[in-house]
Amino acid sequence: MIHVENLTKYYNDFCAVDHINLDIHKGEVLGLLGPNGAGKTTTLRMLTGYFLPSSGDIRVKDLSVYDKSFEIKKMLGYLPESAPLYHNMLVADYLNYVANIRGIAKDKRQARIKKLVELCSMKEIMHKTIGELSKGLKQRVGLAHAMMDDPEILVLDEPTSGLDPNQIIEIREIIKLIGKEKTIILSTHILSEAEATCDRIVIINKGKIVADGKTADLKQSVGRERAIYLSLINSDFTAASETLGTIDGIEAVSKLESPNDDLLNLKLTFSSSDDQRAEIYNKIKATDWILMDFHQEAKTLENIFRELTKEN
Amino acid sequence: MQVLHILNKEFRDYFVSPIAYIVISIFLLVTGWFFFATFFLLNTAGMRSFFDLLPMIFAFIVPAVTMRLFSEELHIGSYELLLTMPVTFRDVIVGKFLAGVAFIAAMLVPTLAYPITVSFMGDLDWGPVIGGYVGSLLLGAAFAGIGIFASSVTRNQIVAFIIGLTICFALSLIDSMLFLIPEGLVGAFGYLGARFHFQNIAKGVIDTRDVLYFLSVMFVGLYGTFMVLKEKK
Repeated sequence: MIHVENLTKYYNDFCAVDHINLDIHKGEVLGLLGPNGAGKTTTLRMLTGYFLPSSGDIRVKDLSVYDKSFEIKKMLGYLPESAPLYHNMLVADYLNYVANIRGIAKDKRQARIKKLVELCSMKEIMHKTIGELSKGLKQRVGLAHAMMDDPEILVLDEPTSGLDPNQIIEIREIIKLIGKEKTIILSTHILSEAEATCDRIVIINKGKIVADGKTADLKQSVGRERAIYLSLINSDFTAASETLGTIDGIEAVSKLESPNDDLLNLKLTFSSSDDQRAEIYNKIKATDWILMDFHQEAKTLENIFRELTKEN
Repeated sequence: MQVLHILNKEFRDYFVSPIAYIVISIFLLVTGWFFFATFFLLNTAGMRSFFDLLPMIFAFIVPAVTMRLFSEELHIGSYELLLTMPVTFRDVIVGKFLAGVAFIAAMLVPTLAYPITVSFMGDLDWGPVIGGYVGSLLLGAAFAGIGIFASSVTRNQIVAFIIGLTICFALSLIDSMLFLIPEGLVGAFGYLGARFHFQNIAKGVIDTRDVLYFLSVMFVGLYGTFMVLKEKK
């Protein structure tokens, strides 16, 4: 649906986006992830026709941003970061204005606006000035702006930045709801958000793509690197490492700091991806140790992200 | 169509904020004051002193009207939202420009009270008055073109106002500064003066040369805006 080829953008000498290649398919919810200044916003701005690329091409349904920018804009709804709306307009007036510009027929307009108001739960704020709204409410108006004529592609730049936890969840719910039918591209630097809402994640750093894959695949690729944490009473480190060390696939048993002498905290790391939890439990059951805590931690996206984007 | 929607929105915007009312009040106070201060001394039933002053007053007022058109959008960032909707640069520029001109026209409407008042006091020749109003609109459009250009180059409305004011002021003053200019160039510079062309029309003579002058200034301003916006991509 969207084909990005060798996309590059220079701001004077600074290269913000460096030869990005990307294919976005219909119905995908794609998360563009990266630290601040990685080139996320610049990429989105080129996609929406706000900026022209320095070189390379973006084709949406085989229309190029260079000569068919107007047609692309018609298919695309865009919410820039922190929803910069006219602050002296009433929400209702603003939505009407957008509906006009988007060319929605008069007889369908009220129905469409009503539907958006319901979807983004904005009923109470229709007669308020946009400038008076809180950030979360403004974001909803921005979302309604982006979805006005039911575009096929929705581009959202950090849709949840600066919102409180409740608002974040609400906005995510809306994104999930529309993501069922639409192609959505959203940028964020919050990993849990990308994990929760996106089918596919693209991590960019310094203008380059450093990882690209289905959310589940990305998670699985690092899932093997896991650790099990144990807390035991009535045991000591030598006995424990002897007992547990005999299990196949355990690479190392190490002692962690513990708040008091009775409690022994252990970390087990593995050399294979097999699940040894049952065996570990059985080994411990055979002794007279008391098991206080037993949990496994898989490596998260957070770790991948940090590895891929950290300054060297 | 897009032009009309933008025009409509921008024009209404003027009246949402207090700026419109302040600008209109100042304009009416200043023109009213200067017009009636000398009106009885001159003892002629004409609008001459009103139209004589207009280029100077417009040089101040019009940039104040147009300063927000782009600067405000650039400042709050709504410019990005606007341009990612299905609109072209032309729609945006023309829509905003026409909103500015419509506002200037709305500002001139109350001044119609002056010729009406005068016509009761003496035998008013309506020809120059009509010419004067046509000229005022052309002058307003030309200055609005410059003002909109000034507004597109900066996100600071005050800076936009000062840039617009400087250019408009220079155009209105140029024909009284001609003695500073080498003799060979006087003709050319004299032609650039807005007041010279305006006063031709205000005499009631609508000459295509004068009309063309105002339209050219307007076009240069709008084209300059187009270039600036294109550069921002």
